[in-house]
Amino acid sequence: MIERLKRMMIKEFLQVLRDPRMLGVIFGVPLIQTLVFGYAVSTDVTDVPTAVVDRDRSPASRELVAAFTSSGHFRVVSAEGGMERAQAMLDDGSAGAVLRIDEGFAGDLEGGRTARVQLIVDGTDSNTARVVLVYANRITERFSGAVRAAPAGGVQLVHRAWFNENLESRNFFVPGIIAMLVMLVTVILTSMAVVREKEVGTIEQLLVSPITPAEFILGKTLPFAIIGYVDVLLVSLLGVFWFDVPIRGSVLLLLLATTFYLMTTLGIGLLISTACRTQQQALMMVFLVFFPFVLLSGFMFPIENMPRAVQYLTWVNPLRYFLVILRGIFLKGTGVEILWPQMAALLAMGAALLAAATLRFRKTSA
Amino acid sequence: MSPVVAAAGLGHVYGAVRALDGLSFAVAPGELYGLIGADGAGKTTALRILAGLIVPQRGSARVVGLDPADTRSGVRESLGYMPQRYSLYGDLSVAENLRFFARLFCLSRREYAERSARLLAITRLEKFAGRPAEQLSGGMYKKLALACALLHRPRVLLLDEPTNGVDPVSRLDLWELLYEFVAEGMAVVVSTPYMDEAERCHRVGLVHHGRLLLEGEPRALVAGFTDAVLQVAGAAECVEPVLERAGADVVAVAPLGGALRVVVRRGASAGLRRALAAAGAQVEPLRPNFEDLFLAQAAGGAPAGEAAA
Ligand SMILES: Nc1ncnc2c1ncn2[C@@H]1O[C@H](COP(=O)(O)OP(=O)(O)OP(=O)(O)O)[C@@H](O)[C@H]1O
Ligand SMILES: [Mg+2]
Repeated sequence: MIERLKRMMIKEFLQVLRDPRMLGVIFGVPLIQTLVFGYAVSTDVTDVPTAVVDRDRSPASRELVAAFTSSGHFRVVSAEGGMERAQAMLDDGSAGAVLRIDEGFAGDLEGGRTARVQLIVDGTDSNTARVVLVYANRITERFSGAVRAAPAGGVQLVHRAWFNENLESRNFFVPGIIAMLVMLVTVILTSMAVVREKEVGTIEQLLVSPITPAEFILGKTLPFAIIGYVDVLLVSLLGVFWFDVPIRGSVLLLLLATTFYLMTTLGIGLLISTACRTQQQALMMVFLVFFPFVLLSGFMFPIENMPRAVQYLTWVNPLRYFLVILRGIFLKGTGVEILWPQMAALLAMGAALLAAATLRFRKTSA
Repeated sequence: MSPVVAAAGLGHVYGAVRALDGLSFAVAPGELYGLIGADGAGKTTALRILAGLIVPQRGSARVVGLDPADTRSGVRESLGYMPQRYSLYGDLSVAENLRFFARLFCLSRREYAERSARLLAITRLEKFAGRPAEQLSGGMYKKLALACALLHRPRVLLLDEPTNGVDPVSRLDLWELLYEFVAEGMAVVVSTPYMDEAERCHRVGLVHHGRLLLEGEPRALVAGFTDAVLQVAGAAECVEPVLERAGADVVAVAPLGGALRVVVRRGASAGLRRALAAAGAQVEPLRPNFEDLFLAQAAGGAPAGEAAA
């Protein structure tokens, strides 16, 4: 009966919108997370405190230092003193990098020989170190290009990142945040909404009414699917208009992919709710499954770097597929002709999870 | 009239706990049947079976002739159930709760408007229609729960301890409300741990350890009670040896305020009174009530007798 379903959905919305905690989960968390990731957790590295050991003291060496600082990625914190001092600063953390230019730098350049400079980077944070080295490479390349009137032959490796030309981590993060948040919000809402009925005892009153399991499950998922769409929209708008993340692909495709993805997350939420008796248990369980999903999605660590066995595990991770789809749509403008395997995987997993949840629900509530 | 509720030999075990052990009873339309028993007697289990929430391990349950656990039989339209625990949405208002349950049973807008207005009026909840259910007092909450269970005019109403946690005045209200619907032909099964509420029912069944000890009309049951009841006040060290010496003649002893309520075999009553008085205790005869009946039956462990006959 459509009437019953409608009333069930209205009830869910009333309950969610009246609960300040839930409102926080729906709107507060996505906004805050996006802003936090957008500003603070950016892996773009700027202002690396750099100790310069310039033994050449020539106009050319000063020019190289200027090239480093003007890039915005490096900030000179010490220009005097020798290697010992620089090393000490690296040790106590007051410098993140050391730029060493030996005597003869200018001479080499003038003589058309390869001039050597050394950059020592604090490798404790391997991610940052990697990024810093990439920046340094680009700066020195540009510098040599300007010095040399004409390339003196030989092989020259040119780095260029496509799709995210400035290697802005923000562009990379926003799609990830969408995928992560939609999962978190919808899994929490669905599992809590069902478990709350059990915990409070209202489920008894529902079970003695003529409501069918299908109506119950639809009533418990459709409202949160709608909320999921709203969250996707919210974070996308914030990303596109506030953080200038490009959206190059089809918005319609994005919505369709979101639908398939939501089927998986709502299915997971329902499954959790059939296994838990209290809202607290449900919340613990949500985080228990949520972290592996995020860690094994390729959002934070590249899947290619994982051990082979773990890589297989990522195959059953909806987040992984949705991430590929989102990055494709946002950054590359890819269409369904490329993304269909991921879409199909999500659809299949979503259908399987929802079916399993319905079966389990019938059993546990009987 | 043929019964609309029939429990036949219900048996149910939770792990090591035998909750029901061959419970049988039947209720006719227009009858108010009380399931009376102490905590853990098995009342809730019995009602949950009748509501179709549990499938009994032994025996069978029938409501309006149908299996209550069969969701497709349409039995749910004829059934109203008010659980012992909280069962309404605390964050929804009184009116929203009513509307939600009305829609679950597919009442039309007009039916909903008429019935909820009437139920709100007789439960005197009109003034609180906009108040969230969790902010209602215990009595008002139970009345609302009852109203929600009554909205779809069930032919059978199952109430699990509706008066628990309700003040005496609201309790009267609740009973009055029930009489009104019973008079219209509804069959009501109500469970209660309060023996003094037995007299409000048309018929009662005394439940003990998952089976019926006794069944009948409450007045007839008490009238057929053959033992005497004494109120005994005095120092424990004087009273206890006397009671002990009386042995099997003392059927049951229960605290009564600062004194004791003693159920004693009728023939032995006069002798015990003398012995107690000699030991320095004040003794007064009491009119037997339902609780004495229950105490006597539970203590004797006697199977359901024909005390009313
Ligand atoms: N879900 C359950 N799991 C295990 N034991 C249970 C369960 N439900 C009830 N019991 C046990 O079964 C027995 C009967 O319980 P039931 O709730 O039917 O009694 P009751 O008469 O309703 O008691 P009360 O007046 O306390 O509500 C009790 O000993 C109880 O502990
Ligand atoms: Mg009970």
